[in-house]
Amino acid sequence: MSGKTIKFTLDGREVEARDGETIWQVAKREGTSIPHLCWRDEPGYRADGNCRACMVEIEGERVLAASCVRKPADGMVVNSQNERASTARKMVIELLMADQPAREDAHDQQSSFFKWADAMEVDVSRFPRDDSPKADVSHPAMAVNLDACIHCNLCVRACREVQVNDVIGMAFRGPHEKIVFDFDDPMGASTCVACGECVQACPTGALMPKSIVDEDGRGTRGAEREVDSVCPYCGVGCQITYNIRTDEKTGNEYIAYVEGKGGPANENRLCVKGRFGFDYVASPERLTKPLIRKPGLEKGINMDPLNPHTHFREATWEEALEFASKGLRDIRDAHGGNALAGFGSAKCSNEEAYIFQKLVRTGFGTNNVDHCTRLCHASSVAALMETIGSGAVTAPFTAVKDSDVIVVIGANPTENHPVAATYFKQAAKRGAELIIMDPRGTAMKRYASHMLQFKNGADVSLLNAMMNVIVEEKLYDQQYIQAHSEGFDKLKEHLKKFKPEDMEKLCGISAEEIRTVARKYATANAAIIFWGMGVSQHTHGTDNARCLISLALMCGQTGRAGTGLHPLRGQNNVQGASDAGLIPMVFPDYSKVGDPKNLEKFEKLWDAKLDPNPGLTVVEIMDAVHNDKIKGMYIMGENPAMSDPDANHARDALAKLEHLVVQDIFLTETAMFADVILPATAWAEKDGTVSNTNRQVQMGRKAINPPGEARDDWWITQEIARGMGLNWKYSGPADVFAEMKLAMPSLDNITWDRLITEDVVAYPCPAPDHPGMDIVFADRFPTATGLGKMVPAEVLPPDELPDAEYPYILSTGRQLEHWHTGSMTRRSYVLDAVNPEPVVQMNSRDILKLGIKPGDMVRIASRRGEIEIMVRQDNQVPAGAVFIPFAFVEAAANELTNPKLDPFGKIPEFKFCAVKVEPAAGGRMEAAE
Amino acid sequence: MNKHASSDGFKPIRPGRGGKGKGRAFPKGRVLDVAAHDDIIALLAPHQPLQRDMLIEYLHLIQDKWGCLAAGHLHGLAEEMRLPQAEVFEVATFYHHFDVVKEGEEMPAEITIRVCDSLSCEMAGAQEIIKALGANKPDNVRVVHGPCMGLCDVAPAAAVGHNYVGNVSVEKLQIMARKAETKPQMPDYQPLDAYRAEGGYKQLEALRGGSKSPDDVIQTLLDAGLKGLGGAGFPSGQKWKFVRAGQGPRYLCINGDEGEPGTFKDRYYLHARPHQFLEGMLIAAWGVDASAAYIYLRDEYPAARQVLLDEIARLEAEGIAPKGFIHLRRGAGAYICGEESAMIESLEGKRGLPRHRPPYVAQVGLFDRPTLVHNIETVYWMPKILAEGPEWFASQGKGDAHKGPRSYSVSGRLKKPGVVLAPAGSTVNELIEMCGGMADGHRFKGYLPGGASGGILPASKGDIPLDFGGELAKLGCFVGSHAVVVLSDKDSMRDAAVNLLKFFEDESCGQCTPCRVGCEKAVKLMQDGPWDEALLTELTRTMADASICGLGQAAPNPIRTVMTHFKEDVS
Repeated sequence: MSGKTIKFTLDGREVEARDGETIWQVAKREGTSIPHLCWRDEPGYRADGNCRACMVEIEGERVLAASCVRKPADGMVVNSQNERASTARKMVIELLMADQPAREDAHDQQSSFFKWADAMEVDVSRFPRDDSPKADVSHPAMAVNLDACIHCNLCVRACREVQVNDVIGMAFRGPHEKIVFDFDDPMGASTCVACGECVQACPTGALMPKSIVDEDGRGTRGAEREVDSVCPYCGVGCQITYNIRTDEKTGNEYIAYVEGKGGPANENRLCVKGRFGFDYVASPERLTKPLIRKPGLEKGINMDPLNPHTHFREATWEEALEFASKGLRDIRDAHGGNALAGFGSAKCSNEEAYIFQKLVRTGFGTNNVDHCTRLCHASSVAALMETIGSGAVTAPFTAVKDSDVIVVIGANPTENHPVAATYFKQAAKRGAELIIMDPRGTAMKRYASHMLQFKNGADVSLLNAMMNVIVEEKLYDQQYIQAHSEGFDKLKEHLKKFKPEDMEKLCGISAEEIRTVARKYATANAAIIFWGMGVSQHTHGTDNARCLISLALMCGQTGRAGTGLHPLRGQNNVQGASDAGLIPMVFPDYSKVGDPKNLEKFEKLWDAKLDPNPGLTVVEIMDAVHNDKIKGMYIMGENPAMSDPDANHARDALAKLEHLVVQDIFLTETAMFADVILPATAWAEKDGTVSNTNRQVQMGRKAINPPGEARDDWWITQEIARGMGLNWKYSGPADVFAEMKLAMPSLDNITWDRLITEDVVAYPCPAPDHPGMDIVFADRFPTATGLGKMVPAEVLPPDELPDAEYPYILSTGRQLEHWHTGSMTRRSYVLDAVNPEPVVQMNSRDILKLGIKPGDMVRIASRRGEIEIMVRQDNQVPAGAVFIPFAFVEAAANELTNPKLDPFGKIPEFKFCAVKVEPAAGGRMEAAE
Repeated sequence: MNKHASSDGFKPIRPGRGGKGKGRAFPKGRVLDVAAHDDIIALLAPHQPLQRDMLIEYLHLIQDKWGCLAAGHLHGLAEEMRLPQAEVFEVATFYHHFDVVKEGEEMPAEITIRVCDSLSCEMAGAQEIIKALGANKPDNVRVVHGPCMGLCDVAPAAAVGHNYVGNVSVEKLQIMARKAETKPQMPDYQPLDAYRAEGGYKQLEALRGGSKSPDDVIQTLLDAGLKGLGGAGFPSGQKWKFVRAGQGPRYLCINGDEGEPGTFKDRYYLHARPHQFLEGMLIAAWGVDASAAYIYLRDEYPAARQVLLDEIARLEAEGIAPKGFIHLRRGAGAYICGEESAMIESLEGKRGLPRHRPPYVAQVGLFDRPTLVHNIETVYWMPKILAEGPEWFASQGKGDAHKGPRSYSVSGRLKKPGVVLAPAGSTVNELIEMCGGMADGHRFKGYLPGGASGGILPASKGDIPLDFGGELAKLGCFVGSHAVVVLSDKDSMRDAAVNLLKFFEDESCGQCTPCRVGCEKAVKLMQDGPWDEALLTELTRTMADASICGLGQAAPNPIRTVMTHFKEDVS
């Protein structure tokens, strides 16, 4: 079909169809607009031909044809505009109109249905009305008004085929046909994950964002202004469109609702955070004025985040900036630059990351600059740099469209990278084998051909056993190994002792299953590996990643379509912030600080003397505070009081600092320890670029004005720099970006102007008109030899094993609705409503053993701290393990975690520590008011 | 303990001011009921490994065992099949023989009496029976209406559980319910030995032995003039050619979803001579080199199902059919599954939604493979045609224009309704004659030449040959499955048309607007007062022009033909 051109006649004109185009698509290309309701002209949507609003006449055929599904044939004569076709289309609209709510009461007065009805001049129906179903307003984010439903099933396709969340069905039959959630449950009580794809697809307003309908269900889509940008949450990097309206009362512009845009990483798709999680910007808890700590008050998490005035006083920008700079300056001058440290943020833009690290290196005079990449994928990056010379992914996650085998290990994409997960699920539905390896079951299990729930922390034994099979059975790619890798012989020798039969006990996966999966991966035409923090957040995280890299190299499963290595990056700009140099041991573009060549380059570029020694990492910095080595810190947009392991230790460190400058949009738990707080702008309030997990650099645009006196992070950082004696005069992000291009060859051929016009360019980018590379390292790796290195890994146990006193394994992570430490998401109405309280997820067997019920409170203690938390029964968690998300200050998981570090990546073991669980007295705790 | 720890006296204040909501004690959605899940695991244990296309069969297992589909069991089934809950639910609720019962809802009564209210049975008093049964019924009985049960010759018909009976009365049904006579009554059919004794399976053996090539047989079928007797009348030999043109694997599907109101010939043959059908089916499977043969039998024919189960087992035991080659699948109460692509969807375990054409099922059918779909009676004639020759078969009709014998299902106001084997092209006047004339006190007023879909003609058109195409088609009617329902001066044509449209409304799959909304609006417009003929004409035109499948395209035929031929009944 594809490639062949078909000639046919459309409305009296000779036209051509190509590449399997439908009649509707050809008509559109030819400038003829044929009405359509159930057909959504967007990627991922299959034409279904059910609404019959697009009927056309094909001469010689008995009945009309739906132009959205029908493909033309050579010589066909199609009439789209004659009386027969138009009459049928009009009658279809009139039939549907009969049961629609009155226009003035419509849920979406601007719906496509009404637009087409207007175009066809149908405003009333001569047909009697059927009974109207009642509204379902059970979900905090979406209003379901099925009286407007035309049964076009776009929402079903949105839910089942595009997002593959599999909640919506078309149940019952004939005129009783009904859109249902699960078993015809209220949407809010169903398994709905609130991706909102159905809302975006609905042509009638039967499904609407609640934010734009009133209490009577009346509403309308549309905006006064649309601004295209990027989602501020995870590393997927979904492109979005803000729909901006003006509040009639205040006259202020606000984000009325958000829709997905056709970016390369999301093709219009979003998740609950990206669609419904934007009202945090309008939270009454936003910081609007610079604040200086009142003297004599104890530092701690001891205030109401709505009211900083108990502990802080308002200050002018001038005073606050001088206060902030002076404190840092005094410490630098008295104790040297290494007595200072800075935490940048993966939530800020590339430009902000870049000038932040430049400030620390050139203004503070130290390399003590780091950010949360340390807590996410530092070990992955360490392994990737060591073996293939690049810390970024070798292929975008959308490469799965060409994969036969997809391995997802230590990652839970439906929660943490929901839009990436849609591509994995779609690939599995198309027939690719999805192999999931995770101690915890995941929602993607349903689509997996193999689910390997191995023992917590046993990654290396499992992966080495797989490689043992591949070596023993000679399933490796000898040609690839010879041409592109080194170290295979040594690894081969090393792997001898990892027979699946011997590893079976260690990892809990049968030798047979290990063999099957190893064979499938090795012999696939195209296999790809994704991993998340289940791999990286271990004391052996670097070893885990090394194994995955060796696996890919020995099978030649990288550098081609559908193959590759892809650590799923967590934050929206963790890739970009790392690239920009927010890492203590490297300058921008991973240039090692100790390398004289790099020193020379950056000293020249920045006109400053640079420290040739690597700085300290996140956890090391906290230890250095305790050891009196570090006395002052500048923290931009990070929340170590919540995100660091052994949070009490970290909080003590923050309290101990002589001078702490925190720059944020909220009074975060970390800001509560500050001496001065600088109010920053939120993502929707500023311009800047971000780089996603796919290496796609994207443009974020300012949509609304910041509240009060909040200022852009880049501006504040520049002011601090000036206060530190640097003569910076950046005029804005574009100016910073221009300098970054001098520092970072990875940005070659990517310009600010290109990003303004194209929204996205991937790096590396070989030409000014090239969209950027998706699959890299086909010919050589960016290592000295051009070869990829295989590094053997030994099996090491996690640092703190369960024992009689602390018998459970604690694993921490995120949940779909809550981002990182919750500072944004817990201030979003919808996200809070869907997931309001901290819970520990436990297996029903353990719940039974403890003699408690789901919903009861338990006390969980480790050697470092204890929390009280509600129990959620979730049998995805294996017995003997518990899982706690770390977004909740009331029961902060990180008070329990083990700060022991991976020796290479310096990443703590968030995924494994020993805890005890006891029923808490007093039952369920009331939410703190 | 540390002074910054939340456990140390100071309770941190959560960010955000929502704060009122309670956390969930379970993941989103309903909680899996462990006991119900275990029920399902045990029930399905003999059926492992589970297959997606068997979903409807599994739903039958649950409905048969527990009398309903409880939400807990459905959830367990979804879990075991790794299917979305919605996918299981939408299939379960599509088919009328499944009773989905959600948490807190009442179980259906132990015994279901389903009273047929399709045209022939309604004319025989179905509504009165439903009313009388409903007014005075024990708690363990529920009374529901159902579409045509293929017992039109013995109208009124009803089913007590799986026991489908004709000539019912209120008293008879009450007694059956009291005695819980819910098992089907087995017909007295021709056994394998008897069929073999008259030469049965010889044709199949000969073909398998190489006596003829498939192309030879195709020519034989074309010469015989055998056409699709499910209603479409497509030349059978031609169908084989199309299917054979596609790459294997190919499948054979037998459409035994005889649901067109007024039709009961397939049941008649299954109850009388099942092996002639089975041999014909295996010949067709041979003809297209099918990898498997599927029989989709309507759920209203439980006796025929038992016959087939027993006799297929016998064929397997005798080595006539390879074990596992024939799949007998059970419908679940959906007329639309008589539409071949909807039937294929149903065989795949989905809702019975007709597919768009092209592609045709001969090219992309069951499991997206080339598929030969034949009606039961169509293959029934194949052994006979091979044995007696195509000329014999062709000569059974009325001359060259009408080849072959036809099995007319004749019902309505007649003395002796039943299956009448008559020459193709017979007229209704001739059929009335063959059925012993009009019932006493009834004068022939009009008739349905082809079930619910074929339109309604007046007695004045009683001499039209009833065959595919021809004069009938010129009147905008068709013979379809050859279900002829005869109406009398005692019958209102408006009532007949409303009955038929209600049937279509009930049985519309709901997929496309013209049929789903059109049938519903038509019923509302037709019920009271004089018809708005202009609006109904516009509506019927769009339904006929823009519906996806034959159901919606033909559903307006009764409206149109009543307006043409019986104006006085509706103005």
